[in-house]
Amino acid sequence: MSVDTTAPAPPGPATKEQQPPPVDDGPDRRWWFVAGVLAILVVLSFPLRGVATLPLARSDLTDFQTWLGELSDKLENARDSSAILRGLDKISTVIENVAVFLQELISQPAFPRPVPEIGWLGVLAVATWIALAVAGWRMAVLTGVSFALFGMLGYWTDSMDTLVVTFMAVAICLVIGIPIGIWMGRSSRATAVITPVLDGLQTLPSFVYLLPITLFFSIGVAAAVIVTLIYALPPVIRITAHGIRSVSTETIEAMQSAGTSRSQMLRKVQLPMARRTIIVGVNQTIMAALSMATIAAFVDGPGLGKPVIKALESLDVGRAATAGLCLVIMAIMLDRVTTAASERSVAIPTDRAKRTRVIVLAVGAVVAVACVILSRRQLNLAEFPDKPDLGTPFAKLADNVSSFFTDNLSGLTNGIKDALTYGLLNPLQTLLAQSPWWLVAATLLALSVLISGIRSLLTSIVCIGVLLGTGLWQDSMVTLTMTLVATILTMVLALVLGVWMAQSRAVDLSIRPILDAAQVVPPFVYLVPAIALFGATRFTAIVAAMVYASPVAIKLVCDAIRGVSPTVVEAAQSAGSNRWQIITKVQLPMARKGIALATNQGMLYVFSMVVIGGLVGAGALGYLVVAGFSQNELYGKGLAAGIAIVALAIMLDRMAQGSSARRKPAGNKSRSKWARISQLVG
Amino acid sequence: MTDTAVKVDDLWKVFGPKASKIPGSPDGALSREELRDKTGCVAAVKDVSFEVKRGEVFVVMGLSGSGKSTLVRCLTRLIEPTAGRVVIDDHDVLKMSESSLRRLRRNHVAMVFQHFGLLPHRRVIDNIAYGLEVRGVGRKDRHARASEILDLVGLTGNAMSYPDQLSGGMQQRVGLGRALAVDPSLLLFDEPFSALDPLIRRDMQNEVIRLHHEVRKTMIFITHDLQEALKLGDRILIMRDGEVVQVGTPDEVVGAPADGYVRDFVSEVPKSHVLTLKWVMRPPSDGDALDGPELPPTTVVQKAARLVLDSDKPIKVVEDGRLLGIVTDEDILRVIVAEDTVQESGAA
Ligand SMILES: Nc1ncnc2c1ncn2[C@@H]1O[C@H](COP(=O)(O)OP(=O)(O)O)[C@@H](O)[C@H]1O
Ligand SMILES: [Mg+2]
Repeated sequence: MSVDTTAPAPPGPATKEQQPPPVDDGPDRRWWFVAGVLAILVVLSFPLRGVATLPLARSDLTDFQTWLGELSDKLENARDSSAILRGLDKISTVIENVAVFLQELISQPAFPRPVPEIGWLGVLAVATWIALAVAGWRMAVLTGVSFALFGMLGYWTDSMDTLVVTFMAVAICLVIGIPIGIWMGRSSRATAVITPVLDGLQTLPSFVYLLPITLFFSIGVAAAVIVTLIYALPPVIRITAHGIRSVSTETIEAMQSAGTSRSQMLRKVQLPMARRTIIVGVNQTIMAALSMATIAAFVDGPGLGKPVIKALESLDVGRAATAGLCLVIMAIMLDRVTTAASERSVAIPTDRAKRTRVIVLAVGAVVAVACVILSRRQLNLAEFPDKPDLGTPFAKLADNVSSFFTDNLSGLTNGIKDALTYGLLNPLQTLLAQSPWWLVAATLLALSVLISGIRSLLTSIVCIGVLLGTGLWQDSMVTLTMTLVATILTMVLALVLGVWMAQSRAVDLSIRPILDAAQVVPPFVYLVPAIALFGATRFTAIVAAMVYASPVAIKLVCDAIRGVSPTVVEAAQSAGSNRWQIITKVQLPMARKGIALATNQGMLYVFSMVVIGGLVGAGALGYLVVAGFSQNELYGKGLAAGIAIVALAIMLDRMAQGSSARRKPAGNKSRSKWARISQLVG
Repeated sequence: MTDTAVKVDDLWKVFGPKASKIPGSPDGALSREELRDKTGCVAAVKDVSFEVKRGEVFVVMGLSGSGKSTLVRCLTRLIEPTAGRVVIDDHDVLKMSESSLRRLRRNHVAMVFQHFGLLPHRRVIDNIAYGLEVRGVGRKDRHARASEILDLVGLTGNAMSYPDQLSGGMQQRVGLGRALAVDPSLLLFDEPFSALDPLIRRDMQNEVIRLHHEVRKTMIFITHDLQEALKLGDRILIMRDGEVVQVGTPDEVVGAPADGYVRDFVSEVPKSHVLTLKWVMRPPSDGDALDGPELPPTTVVQKAARLVLDSDKPIKVVEDGRLLGIVTDEDILRVIVAEDTVQESGAA
């Protein structure tokens, strides 16, 4: 299976969607109107440049932003009088206690000991044993090697902290999410209520989850766990519900006609048949949690995110790369192990295999326990030794590669950077951010009506109103510019590679595993190579966004083209079309909806990354959020930026969705666009 | 207990908004299309009544979309009927509470489905024992019973397989076994063999005939295949657009189609295999010799053909010593030649 989670938008359930019937109504008239509206914007922008652009200097605050800044204090004062806030406090305390307990168990010194209760050898052995039990010996080896690498790269403690946050969040997610998913899978009313909430949650970039959390919880490990679990909850709910729902009606009827009661149906039929799907959901949840646990470093969450952020902020490529490598190893390990576990869960072992397994596991358990005991006795088995040290050489290597590029290939990298910056980025930014706000707003409204119909007008008006209300219009337009540029580049790449993959099995077989692997890597990590190549600029964020968004977009394009009925392609072939004609006249037009969906998804991924890119010189809204974390007086402005990001995300999503699915008539309400991102799972 | 196993009166199933208003209203008399255009509702089953006798194989036949599946699901309320009455073994099904309905499904009625509806995560034996399991039968007892059933449906030796290790035909044997295991008094089949290859389908049809001889259960069998209907059915109900068009024995349906719809259906049937002498005989007229061989009226034409053609005198059709009519070479040939022309025009 392929995995896709590290994104603001983990894929929906694995519905095998029917390919929409081939409707080819030719070039749509509305696209002429769209072009017209854009032309008007361009023409008017010249005489009106610099008029009413609503700029706001970095340290200036609007009243609203000041009010937001004080909100935190107000909540702090209300703490004693509000039962809800006190309840949240209690939750936070419980989570913190458990987290600290786990940290003292495997990562942090457990007073009065100078080291955790279980040293590295014990942890490594237990982890390897668990992998052996759930996923087989190959995965056990992978796990053992991965853990050893965490230590040898010099990030043992941070890696363990990341695992603690991730697994606490995942455990809570499963406890909450699976029952909700079951409920949703069995009740259409629950589906109707919960689906829009999940859609909304999955549209938001991970970054904006962080600030509001700090309003209600004090920063630290508890806040990190909570924000991680909120972010990772939608996939498990959605996929559980999907698993329950995808038990065929005939099977359900067959069971009903045998007199199965509702609870028997759940226990004997729906849950067992959904088990495989639910385990896929666990995989998705773990990957989502890992990516968020990294970003949670902004709310002082412990773990690998901290060294990455620190290194990125000081442009220390070597250290960022080393910590990033640990994250990549961890992501691949978790993904592989859970995937193997889900495949095993449906395999049917023979009796002999079963017996062997019991013996191996028993022996393994004894070894693991012995390792745990040893690691409690001996300091060098408790604290990861300094040697062998792979971290320093790797950091050096990364530094060297980076300087090689800056020294020798700067002509190339700068050429690319300048070409795109001056050719595309700057003109577009001038157009959007230097034109009067009312002109741009009117254009956006016109476009939203043209692209996704009159019903999206209200959403767009509200979103634009919110952007204006936050006082961050110009910053929003800069972020919008970067998003558009990165989306365009992503889609160009996705179309080329996607079409290529769809034409050739061999290409698909060689590219797809890379895409799968790329999708499990926490988005953060993509900033590292981008910054190594292009320094701290807007362009860096755009490159990282492209890299991050491409896998999902490429796969969706490829699968959309694959989904074109082979009969139609055969018919075109037998009519004498050449390959290019088949691509341009048959496959691309018929895959239009899938491509639009890829654009929608690609844009959301891009957006999420562009926001994080604020950390590495992309400026605008993302930077303001980061600044809100680090400077107290800018906290309110950061929150306002978060709100602006939400508004922008919703508006973009609505528009892109409108272009892909001019809402079909009632009857398939449950098929939100997330349900159509089918090909990514399974 | 009466002799009637199932009795259905004025049964309606309407899908759509305000469905319950349709039966009995003037709208109820509209055709399916008119109704849909006017109200947005689909009358899948429309005022259907019939009776099934104990031990009978009752076939419901119609084109796809004619409402057969809906009808059979209404019998045990897998689909809740909109109006009407269903009586099974003297129990009014539509008045049953949730729990007595479940009891009915667990003990009296079992169903076999087109796509088998097996549980892929359970072994064959546990699939067959499923009905007993939900009924609360202990593991040992239900496995013992399931093993007997395995032999009965010809799956000896496959107990420990998983369904997807079996071929389609064998999977449907499991489905059949699951239904038989609970020893129901009524078996429902919804196009059980439509998903199978023709040869396997024929095997399975023979299997059903064999089982019917062995266990003598009442069966309601849904199919869109007239051959299958004629082969299995004691009586056949023909549906079109949710309505009953004709109910009758196979030879009645073929010999006296109620309307053009049924006539079209049966036009391709080799009539000599279905029609009995009752349908081809004519009253004796003065010149006829009345000393030929005798046959009962229920003899199938094909079986009688040899005797009729060999004899130079007309055959007498006799029931209880009473002369009903006579059959000559010409009468026989008319049936067989008509068949040939149908086949030729079909081939052309
Ligand atoms: N759940 C449903 N909602 C709406 N219409 C339905 C539903 N189920 C069946 N129908 C309609 O009822 C009619 C009869 O369907 P069905 O009983 O499945 O026919 P058959 O089994 O004879 O092919 C069809 O026109 C079908 O579209
Ligand atoms: Mg049917």
